[in-house]
Amino acid sequence: MLLIYCPYCQEERSELEFRGAGDAHIARPTDIASISDEAFEEYFFLRDNPKGLIFERWRHIHGCGRFFNAARDTISDKFIKTYKAGEPKPDIGAATIPHAPVETYEAVVVEDNREGDAK
Amino acid sequence: MSGANRIAGKGRLTPAKTARFTFDGKSYTALEGDTVASALIANGIHLVGRSFKYHRPRGILSAGAEEPNALIDVARDSARKQPNVRATVQEVFDGMIVKSQNRFPSLAFDIGGVNNLMSPFFAAGFYYKTFMWPKAAWKHLYEPMIRRAAGLGVAPTEDDPDHYAGRYAHCDVLVAGAGVAGLSAALAAAEAGASVIVVDEQADVGGALRYDSGVKIDGIDGYVWAQQAAAKLRAMDNVQVLTRTTAFGYYNHNFIALAERVTDHMAKPGRDLPRERLWQVRAKRVILANGAIERHMVFPNNDRPGIMLASAARMYLNQYGVAVGAKVGVYTAHDSAYEAAFDLKRAGVAIAAIVDCRPQPGAAVLAEARALGIEVLTGHAVIDTAGKLRVSSMSVVRNGGGSPRKIAIDALLVSAGWTPSVHLFSQSRGKVKFEPETERFLPGTYAQECLSVGACNGTDDLQQTIEESLAAGELMAQASGKQASGKISISAEQAFQWTGGMIGAAEGAGPETSAKAFIDFQHDVCAKDIRLAVREGMHSIEHIKRFTTNGMASDQGKLSNMHGLAIAAEMLGKDIPQVGLTTFRAPYTPVTYGTLIAHSRGPLFDPARKTPLHQWEEAQGAVFEAYRYRLDLR
Repeated sequence: MLLIYCPYCQEERSELEFRGAGDAHIARPTDIASISDEAFEEYFFLRDNPKGLIFERWRHIHGCGRFFNAARDTISDKFIKTYKAGEPKPDIGAATIPHAPVETYEAVVVEDNREGDAK
Repeated sequence: MSGANRIAGKGRLTPAKTARFTFDGKSYTALEGDTVASALIANGIHLVGRSFKYHRPRGILSAGAEEPNALIDVARDSARKQPNVRATVQEVFDGMIVKSQNRFPSLAFDIGGVNNLMSPFFAAGFYYKTFMWPKAAWKHLYEPMIRRAAGLGVAPTEDDPDHYAGRYAHCDVLVAGAGVAGLSAALAAAEAGASVIVVDEQADVGGALRYDSGVKIDGIDGYVWAQQAAAKLRAMDNVQVLTRTTAFGYYNHNFIALAERVTDHMAKPGRDLPRERLWQVRAKRVILANGAIERHMVFPNNDRPGIMLASAARMYLNQYGVAVGAKVGVYTAHDSAYEAAFDLKRAGVAIAAIVDCRPQPGAAVLAEARALGIEVLTGHAVIDTAGKLRVSSMSVVRNGGGSPRKIAIDALLVSAGWTPSVHLFSQSRGKVKFEPETERFLPGTYAQECLSVGACNGTDDLQQTIEESLAAGELMAQASGKQASGKISISAEQAFQWTGGMIGAAEGAGPETSAKAFIDFQHDVCAKDIRLAVREGMHSIEHIKRFTTNGMASDQGKLSNMHGLAIAAEMLGKDIPQVGLTTFRAPYTPVTYGTLIAHSRGPLFDPARKTPLHQWEEAQGAVFEAYRYRLDLR
């Protein structure tokens, strides 16, 4: 079960209180009536489903009720960062996601210290 | 007298405290603290069940959670009964009713045994090829027939009168396993001020120290040290020690599920106690000290009652004071089995011979075997056994052939080496890596904030295990935000450094033979079935597993996976890492539904929530209709 940090409540809470709400940073076309069907399809239906880093919206539905954004690693399900809605997409380098094999247990802890906000 | 095979002065049970139980209607006496398996062996019973497919007589193979054979039906009364309980885990209580399974009309004479004679027709995957036509027959003939034959044990028909409970917990460091590694790590983490939960699936702590009599820690017997360490931990405010508790699932963000068996060992449990308790623990850091599981040898007819793992025989002797036989043979590829023979010999049991398939076993154990006067046949193999309901002899040949020599035995201890238990590590989505020199999978890339220590991390040396565990305990306590106050040092010595080990088929079970050399005992998968699967075009271990059902029984292939993999790799002409390992999934051992649902049943399954006005509305003659809040409403 995931532990999710709500940037509004400023607390780590259980997954049970949250609901996923799809990809984040999907820009709605300014004039949706004038765009082509292909462009609408692209905007409305097509998502990347990446292996690794994903930006998504979450809603703290059984808490403050607000939407926020999160950067998550889809392989380890680790939340790299959560941030308030409306804030720009954070720059998360590939280095933060430990996909390069971590061979020794000491290295895990080193990896861990690098992330500022993980408990 | 609690069994003819009980050796006076051996074991750690109190002879005065007895418990009566019945097995298939006959009454037996056990000692308090016995498992069903140890009590049955004490009474000279090895035959405890019939195998699933061929209905072959089967005995007790192990002394722990990995047991594939000894599945029994345990009952207190007509309502409180549970099928498929592992006899090696279930403790005896007074008045317990034990029944064997998968046999009709009786364990010694089973009509289903005809399957064994017809086995050429039941090759691996036969159900995928048979029962195809005519089409209508599937629904009306084949499926009802297969359903009747399928399944082990009989489910209880009455409502379960027991109740179950759940708890939520948080801790800095959770330690899974309370053997020498787990206890050391817990001591170090606790000394550093971390809140610690230590869990172990057995009734008491110690892990391998419960059978390994050759270990001295801080100058005292290893088992005694473990008890003292646990007592010290229990006395600390920041530590919780949970025994009879299995860490069965490792989920995201260090969320661990534990199943605690609260009353299953009690003759008269208090009515207020839950039968089992589900713990949902969120740990800042996790230390995995799961140990290793001994593998059996793969040779023809290696499944007769009386054939068991060497460490299990040692456990029955040193923990329960029970001799597994009177004339015991050993067939091994690893030094650890020698120590089982030494312990038995010193306890007055005759050792027929130690058969070692290696030409060069460890020099130290070899010398000790000579000193004790035990015949050691190096570079030899057991190529067959005899005995209908219990093993009566083994046929030994020199590696490469020759005329077999028949040696009379009534128990055969086998060991092909040790498989590190990477189950929980793998469940945490960590990636295992293969160590070619020792032919084992070890923790490689970690995905969560956990650490493996000791035997499950591939550390063989005892002192090294302790130092690694102490360091891990301290490190994890620090990582969870606690400062270390004092250093602990523990010094230990072991009687022998173990070498050896093999995976795959031994002599006599090669591709040229059609003999039954079992890999997976519970699903009756033989070495030849794996080869058949490869010949029929299965090249991925995932396909081979599903075609043969290897490792798909309730023991989840704890003994069989590595053997199956090695045989498949040999057939495919590939290296083992290229063939791959099937994924480990929760639960580690079977968990009852009761534990998982806890209080959520009957009226509490979906409780009706009423408003404060409800009573008034009722008084006014209101009519109510059920309203269900849809959880999936968005």
